Amino acid sequence: MNKEEFIAELKDGLSGLPQNDIDERVLFYTEMIDDRMEEGMSEEEAISGIGSVEEIVSQIISEVPLTKIVKKRITPDRALRTWEIVLIVLGSPLWLPLLLAALAVILAMYAVVWSVILSLWAAELSLIACALSGIAGAVVSWCHGDLLPGFAMLGAGFLSGGLSVFGFFGCLAASKGILILTKKAMLWIKSRFIRKESAQ
Amino acid sequence: MDIQLKRGFLEICVLAAIKNEDSYGYKIIKDLKPYIELSESTLYTILKRLESAKMLTVQTAEHDGRLRKYYHITEAGLQRIEEFKAEWKELISVYQFVIKEDDHE
Repeated sequence: MNKEEFIAELKDGLSGLPQNDIDERVLFYTEMIDDRMEEGMSEEEAISGIGSVEEIVSQIISEVPLTKIVKKRITPDRALRTWEIVLIVLGSPLWLPLLLAALAVILAMYAVVWSVILSLWAAELSLIACALSGIAGAVVSWCHGDLLPGFAMLGAGFLSGGLSVFGFFGCLAASKGILILTKKAMLWIKSRFIRKESAQ
Repeated sequence: MDIQLKRGFLEICVLAAIKNEDSYGYKIIKDLKPYIELSESTLYTILKRLESAKMLTVQTAEHDGRLRKYYHITEAGLQRIEEFKAEWKELISVYQFVIKEDDHE
């Protein structure tokens, strides 16, 4: 790949971002390539040293806030004409509920995912509570002279305690997994906006 | 290294790389290479953040018939380095305490 191709691909990949952001990034990478070549690297070497365009683009997109991308998508490149403004206002009974519905769906997705995690942790907490109350109950039973029920409670307490140790690591892994998943989902949502733009 | 920890380190490293004289992107990466891995995209983000925090300023100058951006540290940037040094003095004494515990084993 030569410099022109690299820059063209980079521009293409970033085309959902505001124009001045793209220009600044392109200038930055151009300078990087030029400086490497000045040191004696060939054009190919200089570009391969910087990394693949795909990686660079996905890193940049993951760092740019979603609001910035959406703002760029919905802000037209030129001033709105009067009839366009009229249309937007007249169409608001249609697009406003649709927009709200889309937002509600995203919110609901988050709520569902995180309520699963919340209930896992609640179960974990109740196991710990069972373990503690089992042991406490055993002591109380023994004090009353109920030997066998005391042992049963102690056993139940230990069982819950053991399960809670396993459960803890399970919950931790699930939470981490969901965190990574939500990050990926965010990247996916962002890339939808970018792709649409470059397809136009 | 932990990502959050590394991010904080990288900011200080970039400031330190321009502390004594103004520098440009590729030179910063080269200067830091023996100490810490830093990709171009990461450097860009850090430079932007430091610029908006007014810890450095950017000047474009001509070099060999093309333009190059030079980064200049500000008073706030120098102060950030001093803060970092002070924080680390504390951390090092904690570190030495931790090592001492190891010796007893």
